[in-house]
Amino acid sequence: MNARRRRIARCWAGSIATLALAMVTIAFAAADDPEADRTRMIQFFEARFPDMPLEDYVYGAMISSPDARAQYEQIMEFPPFLNDLDAGRKIWEKPFANGRTFADCFPNGGHSVVGNYPYYDERAKQVVTFERALNRCLEDNGEAPMRYGEREPMGVLTAYARTLSDGMRMNIEVQSSEARAHYEAGRDLFFRRIGQLNAACAGCHMHLAGRIMRMEIISPALGHATHWPIFRAGEELMTFQGRFNRCMEQMRAVPYGYDSVEWNDLEYFLSYLSNGLPLQSSVFRK
Amino acid sequence: MESPISQRCHHLLPSALLRALATGACACAGLLLSLASAAADAQRIEAGRAIAHDWYRGNCLACHQIPNDPQAETLADIGPPIVAMRERFPDRAQLRAQLWDPTVRNPLTFMPPFGKHGVLTEEEIDLVLDYIYQY
Ligand code: HEC
Ligand code: HEC
Repeated sequence: MNARRRRIARCWAGSIATLALAMVTIAFAAADDPEADRTRMIQFFEARFPDMPLEDYVYGAMISSPDARAQYEQIMEFPPFLNDLDAGRKIWEKPFANGRTFADCFPNGGHSVVGNYPYYDERAKQVVTFERALNRCLEDNGEAPMRYGEREPMGVLTAYARTLSDGMRMNIEVQSSEARAHYEAGRDLFFRRIGQLNAACAGCHMHLAGRIMRMEIISPALGHATHWPIFRAGEELMTFQGRFNRCMEQMRAVPYGYDSVEWNDLEYFLSYLSNGLPLQSSVFRK
Repeated sequence: MESPISQRCHHLLPSALLRALATGACACAGLLLSLASAAADAQRIEAGRAIAHDWYRGNCLACHQIPNDPQAETLADIGPPIVAMRERFPDRAQLRAQLWDPTVRNPLTFMPPFGKHGVLTEEEIDLVLDYIYQY
């Protein structure tokens, strides 16, 4: 029998719960490269939101609510988190003890770079997120690294540093077989049912995208990677991986933690899916 | 609701007069008993409602509307509205099974297996059932 049939048979041998998501995975497993995944994901959402321009997916849940979108545009005219961006700019510009600055660690002084993150570092054999690149910059210059996930200094620093890449298109590459393995680990995690509630990222952010969970519209996974950190209610700074943690808690699963291999792989996968979409930092979220 | 005790009283009393008197007494006792059990039912329904609405326990409102409960504030459109439960699940055990492990009926479902994964205790499931079975 062909591979697909064998795969299904294996799933039946496993638990019914894993079968459910395995079915979704199968639809994607036939893909032979990340680009095919991305195309399928786009097709999936095109079928769901027929007239939605691809670029609008950066608005997340707001694609299903013109009211929320209008409110967003209004808030973004004078965002309540400008002070945080300013605090981030000061950190970005402050020279290290050796006189160099963050800008010296990146091409173009850090302008139009973030769309290349995460990337797979073949020598260090790890997925490098933009946050990790900032910490590498500190370490290379003899400075202490920042703690991941904290509002200051890491959070506000990324909030500012990412603005320098506003408008850049996401441009994630998956080239070597090792890079591919990390991408696929991220994909597996996205489709896997975990936790007490037996949910998967894909369950909500593909199949239930646009539906309402209690009072909140659920966003599509396409476009998830483009606009971090977010300021929830205009105030609470939340990083991309901080949002993974939050969703995992909602699924009653134990979050993997900031800069873990699992979260970096998941970020790598989700960022690839957003390829071609424009970056914007930072943004308001409900 | 007729209390089983009042029925038993009838059979124990021979004479018509006594029966008439006793029926009155039994009816009173029965009424008190059924009032008491109605109060107990109401309590269970309240407890079930609290669990079903609680974000950290049943959280049914994350996915379901319960249109006949004015306290059920939600815009959820993920699962079908919880209405006509007795008609749709004449066998209460089947409704219980839906809460305990909905993946049996539909392996692809988004509804969490509240019993199987220990999200709710067996008693909590019964309380939620008491609450939704009235709708
Ligand atoms: C039970 C449903 C559910 C599951 C499962 C879930 N999420 Fe979420 N997620 C939400 C809701 C609700 C929000 C807030 C509304 C929204 O989508 O922006 C959200 C928000 C997000 C956002 C922010 C989107 C934005 O633009 O602000 C990201 C990113 C995200 N989730 C990723 C994930 C990942 C990764 C997983 C799996 C580890 C996951 N989610 C699992 C319900 C879920
Ligand atoms: C994360 C989403 C979610 C949550 C939380 C949830 N459900 Fe469901 N429920 C569903 C979906 C989706 C269905 C549709 C049937 C299916 O998927 O097989 C469903 C079906 C049902 C049905 C069957 C309805 C019918 O007429 O066939 C009942 C009854 C039910 N749910 C009760 C509950 C109760 C009670 C709770 C809380 C203790 C709850 N659900 C929590 C998603 C959910």
